[in-house]
Amino acid sequence: MSIPAHAHGAAHGDSVALHVHKDYRGSKFAIWLFLITEVLLFGGMFLLYSVYRAKYPTDFHMAAEELNTLLGTINTLVLLTSSLTMALSIAATHHGNRKLALWMLAVTILCACAFLVIKYFEWSAKFHHGIYPGSAHLAAFPRGEILFFGLYFTMAGVHGIHVLVGAVLLTVMFIRVLGQPAGKVSFVAGHGLGNAEGGNVAIVDHDGNILWKGEPIDSSIQRIDVKTKYWPVKSRFKIEDFNQLENSGLYWHIVDIVWIFLFPLFYLIT
Amino acid sequence: MSHGHHEEAHAHEPVGYGSYFITWFALVFLTAITVTAAGLHLGRTSVAVALTIATIKASIVLYLFMHLKYEDAAFRRLILIMIGFFGIMVGLTFTDVLFR
Repeated sequence: MSIPAHAHGAAHGDSVALHVHKDYRGSKFAIWLFLITEVLLFGGMFLLYSVYRAKYPTDFHMAAEELNTLLGTINTLVLLTSSLTMALSIAATHHGNRKLALWMLAVTILCACAFLVIKYFEWSAKFHHGIYPGSAHLAAFPRGEILFFGLYFTMAGVHGIHVLVGAVLLTVMFIRVLGQPAGKVSFVAGHGLGNAEGGNVAIVDHDGNILWKGEPIDSSIQRIDVKTKYWPVKSRFKIEDFNQLENSGLYWHIVDIVWIFLFPLFYLIT
Repeated sequence: MSHGHHEEAHAHEPVGYGSYFITWFALVFLTAITVTAAGLHLGRTSVAVALTIATIKASIVLYLFMHLKYEDAAFRRLILIMIGFFGIMVGLTFTDVLFR
């Protein structure tokens, strides 16, 4: 698993020269470890919620009535759809469809923004009715209801920050995918190049016209490099091309999972 | 050209788009069930129903969207350890809270 980053390829007789091997499985494992700390962060708050809920069941019922179930349901659908487009974006890179990957990523970012906009309207209405942390109006509520709204604003707030971070992260990924990576393919002596001795390298257009023709290949030529601006296609797909996108996707899905639990516990239990 | 050493780095074969749509549909369907169930005022069981559906939804996201299905055992073990520790945390807290 922990193979140190080292250049191999030409030295190993591989056709791809100076390919830097990175530990992609390790990076994915690290993201999962980070996600577990995220789950435990929210887990602690869910534990607090369940303890207070057990203590003030009626107050929690009454307070939950105040929340807008319709907006909560719409936001649930927005996040579920964003999870779909995130998965589709990664699948599109697997299939070598860069255009679809970018479109799906754009829809995911739009969903993240839509979630935050809906949240803004929802919270504006609450603030307008005097329900916000530390308000005099809220202080007159029964003890359990104050606790419910305290937990609601804290948990939905921390979750909202995660959505915002996700939107920024996915925008960075969008820019990275847009500026597609350049690749280099090398033909190394003894691996396909041996047969080329006496021949030459040519650039041929669609109609078969030779646009450029190189010097004849003799025994002094050790390697032929072809630099490309490539996007992975199914037949020549590299993990480098989607590793960061996939790791960002994992973060985005965890944000969705937290909401999957937040939604029924705050909006539906009335 | 051989790309032999890349093959081992391949996480899995590309997943078709269709299966993700089915996954999404299942998640939307479960959301509809949980919203409907909440409207039925099931009383004490409503929490259990809501949490069960949420857990199923989370498992679907983990398993299919997050590709846990295609990862090796170490990843799955990691999740099980997390669930285990969270269970201990919740369990020990409630042995205190419930019997005060």
